[in-house]
Amino acid sequence: MIRFDNVSKTYPRQQAPALSGVSLEVERGEFVFLVGSSGSGKSTFLRLLLREERASQGSVHVLGKDLGRLSNWKVPQVRRQLGTVFQDFRLLPNKTVGENVAFALEVIGKPRGQIRKTVPEVLDLVGLGGKDDRMPGELSGGEQQRVAIARAFVNRPLLLIADEPTGNLDPQTSVGIMKLLDRINRTGTTVVMATHDAQIVDQMRKRVIELERGRLVRDQTRGVYGYQH
Amino acid sequence: MRAHFVFSEIGVGLRRNLTMTFAVIVSVALSLALLGGALLARKQVNSMEDYWYDRVEVSIFLCNEVDAETDAACSRGPATEEQREEIAAELESLELVDKVYHETAEEAYEHYQEQQKDSPFASVVTPEQMQESLRIKLTDPTKYEVISSAFAGREGVQSVTDQRSLLENLFNLLNGVNIAAVGLMMLMLVVAVLLIVNTVRVSAFSRRRETGIMRLVGASSFYIQLPFILEATIAGLMGALLACFLLLGVYLGIDGFLAERIPVIDFVGWDAVFSVLPYVLVTGIAMPALAAFFALYKYLKV
Repeated sequence: MIRFDNVSKTYPRQQAPALSGVSLEVERGEFVFLVGSSGSGKSTFLRLLLREERASQGSVHVLGKDLGRLSNWKVPQVRRQLGTVFQDFRLLPNKTVGENVAFALEVIGKPRGQIRKTVPEVLDLVGLGGKDDRMPGELSGGEQQRVAIARAFVNRPLLLIADEPTGNLDPQTSVGIMKLLDRINRTGTTVVMATHDAQIVDQMRKRVIELERGRLVRDQTRGVYGYQH
Repeated sequence: MRAHFVFSEIGVGLRRNLTMTFAVIVSVALSLALLGGALLARKQVNSMEDYWYDRVEVSIFLCNEVDAETDAACSRGPATEEQREEIAAELESLELVDKVYHETAEEAYEHYQEQQKDSPFASVVTPEQMQESLRIKLTDPTKYEVISSAFAGREGVQSVTDQRSLLENLFNLLNGVNIAAVGLMMLMLVVAVLLIVNTVRVSAFSRRRETGIMRLVGASSFYIQLPFILEATIAGLMGALLACFLLLGVYLGIDGFLAERIPVIDFVGWDAVFSVLPYVLVTGIAMPALAAFFALYKYLKV
């Protein structure tokens, strides 16, 4: 599903690499936490997965594709099989919940009939059934994140990438979101989630990958957030 | 479905940037009107050149009694019949010469009286004062020098004049004006292009949320760029249409007003105006589309 071979990334005009010599593999259906302090390279890791950046050295394989060798015009095809969720939700404030989810399908040219059928289904799945016509501004943070997850999942991605999805939410709401991500994971979707939330990581007991100053320092199945907590 | 989505995006974009869109339309309209105007002026000057150069002659004026006393070139006395025939024969033998027409002093006098019949000079001038001349039509009117170097200073020749040189000044002036118009048009086009580039960037920036999400969910870059490019193209098309109406309006004015008052100039016809419009329209569509494409090229990379 994901394979990093000795991956390094150095940004232009910067001396220290953001990632250096990272090698790892993630299998289909896994749930992986990505932890590490700010600036440890988590965001770079995710950006490489999304092919927003290319590795300076080494190779990144996602869904069997070598992203370093993928030409620009083929990138969208790969991204259609990925779902992405962010800390700040990134919903369109002037579109309803249903339109926000439908937007993801519209812009990749899905037929209208399919959109009309799938959008309510996926909103049901994330627990927002019947809220199609609400505006994002009327919803709580947790509900907004559910909309974002619905949008990320509506095209049934093989891999869901979540960048601190609970970063803006209170603990109870976060638990709800984690239950949802776990449910999505159980449908066979691989989930990679970057987080600072120790409680969640410790509760879930999933695989934990820790980065520190761009290096992979820990890769633990059924791990916890950190040794010193 | 796709089309519906793209067009609703365009509508939103054009309305959100109403003032900028308006500026784009006006600047495109003005620059394209100038483009059309310059093309038409070019046609006009060319047709006038053809018309007038076809009618110009080289004239060899022969000395008469009066010249023999007053003009240094004629100090050896008025031209004799033999001299005239000799010159005429020589002219006929030149390949460059198409036709030679002999105008006698009496004929010159009649023409003069006819042209100047309202002028007080007409009654004072006598046939003796008029010059006998040979009017020459050249096969290639630009080679006037050949005639002037061969016959100027010849016995009995007072002067050799080329009407073309008189017209040339006028046409040089017209061409200069035309070049200035083309220069102005280029400048306006550059302004229009910069304005379009800027408008598209502002538009892309104000919709960076949408485009960001589109990139993430895997919309193709063509699909992401299309609304912006079409937006610029539609504004350009409106500008081009406005330019066409401007051109037609101005021509209507020329056709109805100037043509009546300046009958000497044979103005280009409606067909010429209509033949220019496609260029205006194509430029009006292609230029904004290209400008938008290049404006986005770096801005919306995958």
